[in-house]
Amino acid sequence: MIPIDYTIIADIIEPGSKVLDLGCGDGDLLALLKEKKGCRGTGIEIDNKAVVKCLERGVSVAQGNINGDLGVYDDKRFDFVILNESLQQVLNIEQALDEALRVGKRVIVGVPNFCQWKARLQVFFLGEMPVTRRLPFKWYNTPNLRFLSLRDFRHFCSDKGITIERARYLANGREVFACTNLLADSGIFVLRHA
Amino acid sequence: MRRVRRLALFSLCVNKKMTIVETQYITVANPPNELALRSGARLGPITIAYETYGKLNADKSNAILIVHAFTGDAHAAFYHKGDDKPGWWDEMIGSGRPFDTEKYFIICSNVLGSCRGTTGPASIDPKTGKPFGLSFPVITIPDMVTVQKSLIDHLGIKTLLSVAGGSMGGMQAAAWAVMYPQAIHSAVIIAACHRHTAQQIAFHEVGRQAVMADPDWQGGDYYGKTTPKRGLAVARMIGHITYMSESSMEQKFGRKLVKKDVLGYNFSKEFEVEGYLEYRGQSFVERFDANSYVYLTKAMDYFDLTENGRKLSEVLSVVTADILIISFTSDWLYPSYQSQAMLRALKANDVDVSYVELSSDYGHDAFLVEMEEQAKAVSNYLAKVYKERVS
Repeated sequence: MIPIDYTIIADIIEPGSKVLDLGCGDGDLLALLKEKKGCRGTGIEIDNKAVVKCLERGVSVAQGNINGDLGVYDDKRFDFVILNESLQQVLNIEQALDEALRVGKRVIVGVPNFCQWKARLQVFFLGEMPVTRRLPFKWYNTPNLRFLSLRDFRHFCSDKGITIERARYLANGREVFACTNLLADSGIFVLRHA
Repeated sequence: MRRVRRLALFSLCVNKKMTIVETQYITVANPPNELALRSGARLGPITIAYETYGKLNADKSNAILIVHAFTGDAHAAFYHKGDDKPGWWDEMIGSGRPFDTEKYFIICSNVLGSCRGTTGPASIDPKTGKPFGLSFPVITIPDMVTVQKSLIDHLGIKTLLSVAGGSMGGMQAAAWAVMYPQAIHSAVIIAACHRHTAQQIAFHEVGRQAVMADPDWQGGDYYGKTTPKRGLAVARMIGHITYMSESSMEQKFGRKLVKKDVLGYNFSKEFEVEGYLEYRGQSFVERFDANSYVYLTKAMDYFDLTENGRKLSEVLSVVTADILIISFTSDWLYPSYQSQAMLRALKANDVDVSYVELSSDYGHDAFLVEMEEQAKAVSNYLAKVYKERVS
């Protein structure tokens, strides 16, 4: 079964687009975009075992770091740059996003919401860092370096002069349309330079 | 887990033992059409030793050229009659292996300048009837590639599905991508570089000097006389150190002594690592020619895709093949940053390129011994290229 965030991203991306997936993991999304949308895609992934999996799925991926590996690309090389579930694991967020917006005409960012109501209740009533189905990690083993809410991300974009063209919000695999920062467990944003 | 894998490997070997292969020979560059070498010299005729495994399909679209490392040869896989050891990359080649002989037609030829069947300094110079010795012209990696191209032409293959190799083989694969971009669909460049660095040249120079300092070398004119075994063995010992990593040596030998217990306080081969180097050096001189050592190291030292001050991204702008680059974490002789330099230049040119840095403690030798992930990567990659570019 295709995860809903993949379906939404595939829905956003126009057929035949040139795509760069930053933190592409096993290459599932790239393979999907290649197959369903006829995209020409490539990815960057830090884990070597995941890169070998990407080859198995038939996508070209280079092992590397999101911070610092985009310098070789000229401006607007890609129609879409994707940072799905990877931006919060990047050390230098501003640089990563700046570079993504430089090499991509549009950037799709998928981030978890650390301030969904379930997380808020755990913080408030238990006094513990939240662990939910969507945020499965403990404080000591999380790969996440940055903890943000959907509202935080919207503020960040407006501070940086980044235009949010579209946003879609999800909770438990369904779309949410109101009170998103409270109800949604993640958001998918389509960004471009203002 | 490990035992199961060993058993599986063992049974595969037993099955494979049935397959006997032979080296074949062709002669190219017959006068007056001698090969024009990079140095300006001309060389011909040239004998090429090669082996093939698997079947070439009807449209000749499944051929893969394996390019060997420094002291390798055409015998990449399976067994020669009477041998109990298979070819040098046997674990990668065969039925169900990454270079799957059920699916692909595999070719491996010995490089120009070697002493393992293809023309080199130990071959007879037809003009004099004596071995070339130092009268053999200095050769380069591109010269080796040109000779391989004439073999591929001879076999009637227009486009290779892939050219693949590690170390000096990786340099040849990279040179193929630049010299004959239309003749390959893909290249697998393992543990290699686009230019030899000062450190790489320096290690080679020490090896060459060890050979040349041996009085038996006699200016390279030792054929039919005593050969410079001592010098060549020392050169090989130095080479071996650069092919391993500190941690692989520590794991393999540590400070272990050959005759346990006590130190002898003399200069005998007390430490296991000393005995090992001695053994590797001695066994090497039995199968390798000292002049080939000198010529091939020099060929690698000359290797520089960016010669004449060109930028790598400009040089690689001609590449149309899909490229896979593999490096290993503990390889300090051909460190990952060299592979990454090629990766960046290919990316800048919008080439389909994949890169993976595999984890290994084995140092540069990893490409010959670290099979599991490497096999997966290569096998997945070849399937992808075959699907995209051929079928």
